[in-house]
Amino acid sequence: MSVPRYWREIPSRYRLIGSKCVNCGKTYFPPRRVCRECGSVNLREVKLSEQGRIITWATIYDPPRGFEKYVPYIVAIVELDDGTRIMTQITDCEPDEIQIGTRVRAVFRKIREEGESGIIYYGYKFKPLK
Amino acid sequence: MRKVAVIAIGYTKVKEHWGLSIRDLFTEAAIMALNEVTIDRVDALYVGNMSSGYCQHQEHLGALMADYIGLKSPPAVKIEAAGASGGMALREGIQAVASGLHDFVVVGGVEKMSDVLTPDITYAMAMAADQEYEAFIGVTFTALNAMIKRAYQHKFGVSDELIATLPVHCHDMASKNPYAQYPFKITIEQVLSSPFVAEPLRLLECSSPADGAAILILCPLEKAKKFTDTPIEIAGIGAATDTIALYQRDDFTTFKATIEAANMAYKMAHIKPEEVDVAEIHDSFSITGVISLEDLGFFKKGTAAKAISEGEIAPGGKIAVNTFGGLKARGHPVGATGVYQVVEVVKQLRGEAGKNQVDDAETGLTQNIGGVGGTVTVYIFRRID
Amino acid sequence: MTKEAGIIGYGAYIPIYRVKACEIGKIWGNYNGHVPIMEKAVAGIDEDLVTISVEAAKYAIRRAKINPKEIGAVYIGTESKPYAVKPSGTIVAEAIGATPLVVTADFEFACKAGTEAFQACIDHVLSGRIKYAMAIGADTAQGRPGDQLEYTAASGGAAFIFTKKSNKTLAYCEGAVSFVTDTPDFWRRAYEHYPMHAERFTGEPAYFYHIINSVRTLMENMGLKPSDFKYAVFHQPNAKFPVKVAKKLGFTMDQIKPGLLSPYIGNCYAGSSLVGFAATLDVANPGDRILLASYGSGAGSDAFSFVVQDIILEKRNPIPSVRDMIGVRKYIDYSTYVKFRGKIRA
Repeated sequence: MSVPRYWREIPSRYRLIGSKCVNCGKTYFPPRRVCRECGSVNLREVKLSEQGRIITWATIYDPPRGFEKYVPYIVAIVELDDGTRIMTQITDCEPDEIQIGTRVRAVFRKIREEGESGIIYYGYKFKPLK
Repeated sequence: MRKVAVIAIGYTKVKEHWGLSIRDLFTEAAIMALNEVTIDRVDALYVGNMSSGYCQHQEHLGALMADYIGLKSPPAVKIEAAGASGGMALREGIQAVASGLHDFVVVGGVEKMSDVLTPDITYAMAMAADQEYEAFIGVTFTALNAMIKRAYQHKFGVSDELIATLPVHCHDMASKNPYAQYPFKITIEQVLSSPFVAEPLRLLECSSPADGAAILILCPLEKAKKFTDTPIEIAGIGAATDTIALYQRDDFTTFKATIEAANMAYKMAHIKPEEVDVAEIHDSFSITGVISLEDLGFFKKGTAAKAISEGEIAPGGKIAVNTFGGLKARGHPVGATGVYQVVEVVKQLRGEAGKNQVDDAETGLTQNIGGVGGTVTVYIFRRID
Repeated sequence: MTKEAGIIGYGAYIPIYRVKACEIGKIWGNYNGHVPIMEKAVAGIDEDLVTISVEAAKYAIRRAKINPKEIGAVYIGTESKPYAVKPSGTIVAEAIGATPLVVTADFEFACKAGTEAFQACIDHVLSGRIKYAMAIGADTAQGRPGDQLEYTAASGGAAFIFTKKSNKTLAYCEGAVSFVTDTPDFWRRAYEHYPMHAERFTGEPAYFYHIINSVRTLMENMGLKPSDFKYAVFHQPNAKFPVKVAKKLGFTMDQIKPGLLSPYIGNCYAGSSLVGFAATLDVANPGDRILLASYGSGAGSDAFSFVVQDIILEKRNPIPSVRDMIGVRKYIDYSTYVKFRGKIRA
C-alpha cells in the first residue's frame, strides 16, 4: 500500500473520525462529502463511539497477501453505539468466544507490516468487553 | 431505440490455462464466434475484465484485443465492474447498437487469474471491496460472503445442508458440460466436510480461480436473420449499483442492486419472474446464489435453499438454473463470467444445450454480480421464432 | 506559584497473553524448576510498543479528564521501538489526539527510560511552558531464546500525565534524583536482534549500586527515612532483586507488596517500575508517601518521592486497576509465544 494512501486516512484509522450529515443526522465511516440519504453536502466531522456490538462475522483461514502470519483471524461488521457500522477485526479472542450480538470495544493495534523494511500499518480493531 | 440481438457466441474451456496468455484466451474465443457468422466489419469492441492490471500488469485491453483478434482498428475499451465486468461490457455493446451508433459489435469477457499465486489472487479479488476500510484490515472476498451467509442463517434459520444443495446442483449440471472447469458431481457430505476458507464458507461452497474467455457478437434485431437462423433477442436490460462496502448496507441478506436491476429488466421485457424458463445466476458462493434466486423473484426470501433441495431448479422443475454448472462448477473467470452466462442462455434458447437442454426454452435470464452486490446486471433473452 | 509537579492522570496496560516460566524451562532443559518468576506477559501478534503505549495513554487521559489536544508533550521511554529510525511518539500522539502542537521524543535508557521521561515532563510543566506533559514507559522486551533473560523479558507499560500541582492532581512529586555512571552490564549493539548481559555483574555493581545510591541520596536531600514512606516501588527484573534491595535500604515487604508485580507479569523493562507505581496508586490513600526507584542498565537509577492527594479516591473507577487487568489472562504455549514474538524466521 502506498504511504500517502495510508497516511491520508490516519484520523479515521487511528481515532475513528467519521462524518455526520447536519441535515438528516446519518453518520458515515469513513467521512464523506455528500450524504447518500438526503444528498446534502453539509456534513461535519465527528468522533464515533468506541463501543458496539457484532452483527455478523467470519473467521479467515485463507489470507490475502500480507496477512499470512495472522491466520486464523476474525473479521466482523460491528454496529457502534451511535448507529454507525464499521468493518473490523476482532482480536484477543477465539472464534468460539463471540456470536452475533457480542459487545465489543475499540483498541489500537497493528494491522500489518509492509515486510521487514516497509512501514507498519496501525489502526482500530475491536475486542470483546469482559 | 432499436432492439438488439445476439447472433454469434464463442468461448474457451474454463480451467488453469498455463499455456495460454490473456490475449491467447480472448483470441481463441473470438475465432469461434467470428466463425459462426459472416460479417464484413466490426464497429466496436468491448472487453470485460477485472484484474489484468494486477495479474498481467496489462491495461489498455480494448486496443490490445482488437488488434490480436484481427479487427480493423475499431473503437475498443476495457470495461471493469469487478465480477460484473462481463455484464457491464454487454451493456455498453447493447447501447452502441440500440442507439444506432453501430451495427456490429463484439462483446467479450476474459480473465487470466492463474498468472499470479493464490494469496495474490485473494488480494486481487478483494479489490472489488472497499480497499481502505475492508481490504486494508485483511477482509477477503470470501470472508465478505461468509459474513452474508452467517447473517442469512441467523435471520432465516436455514441449515448448512440446505445451502449446500446449490453447489451440488451446479456440479450435477456441469458433469454434462464438456467445457466446464469441474465436470463432475459432488455430494452434500463432501461439501460439508471440505475445509473452511472463511468460516462459515467451506471450500466446496466457493468458486475457484480460473482462466477463460467468452465472446458475443451483437447486431440490430431487424438485421439479425440475415446472419443467423437463430438470433436471440435481448428483451430486457437492467443494471444497478449499491455501496461497494458491505458494512454500509442495511440488510446483508439481500442485494438491493439485484432487485432493482431485475425489476428494470422484467419491466422492459414485459414479463414476470414465473415466465423465465432458464436462468444463469451468479453463484460465486453457495449463499450468493441462494440469495440471488430470492432477489430475482423466483422464490420467497428464506425459502430458496429448501426449493433447491426439492428439485425446483433442475431441468423440469419450476425454473432451470445454471444448467452448465454456474460459477461454482462451470467456473468463474471473473470478468468473463457475465458473458459465459449469456453464451449459456443463448445455447438453451437455440436448442443447442446438449444433455441439460430445457424443453422448449423460450425465455432466459442472466444475473451478474460485481463485488458483494456493488454492481448487478440482469438481462432477459427471448427466442425469436 | 507551585514548585511541585503533580500527576493528573495515569494508566497502565498489560497484554492478556501469558507464558509460564516453567513452559519456557521445559523447552530449554531446565528440569529443576528454578525459575525467576511464575509467568510473564506477552504482546499479542498485533501488539507492539506503540499499541501498548496508546492503550496506557488513553486510560491516563480518561482518568485525567482532560482534552488530549492540551497535552503539550508526549515522551515514550522504551527499548523496543518498532522503528529504529522514526519516532514512536508521533504515532502515539496522533492516536490519542494530541497532535499537532506537541513535542514528542522517544527516550532510551534501558529500563529507566520511562522515569527519564518523568524528569523531562516535571521540568516542562514547572517551567510553565507546557500545561500537560505525558511520560510513558513501555516495552515488548525480547529475550534471547534459551537465555536466562528469556524467562523474564515481558510486555507492558504505563503512562502518566504531569501538570502543576493543584487540587486536581492525585499525587505530586516532592523530590527527584538521577544517579548515573557508565556501567556496561547489559547492552544491544545496532543490528543485533537480542541483547547481551554480563550475568552476575548485573547485580551488585549495577542494579543494587545505582538504586541504593539514588534512593539514599534522595532521602538525604529531603531528610526522609524508609519509615516515612507508606509504599516503595523498585524496578523489577525478577522476583528476587526488588525484595533484596528493599531489605538493604530498610523497606519492608508490606511497603513493596502492592507494586511488586514481576512474579505475575515478568519484567516489562521501561514499563516495569511504572506499572508497579500505577498498581500502588490504585490502592494508595491521600497523604501516603510513595518512593519510586527505577533502574536502567548502562547504568542509572531515578528515584522520586511522591505524595498522594485527596482527589485520588475519585480517580479509581471506572478504569480497571492494574491488578484487575493482570487478572484477565490467556495462557499460550512456547510455540505460540515464539510465533507472536517473531522469533521464527519464515
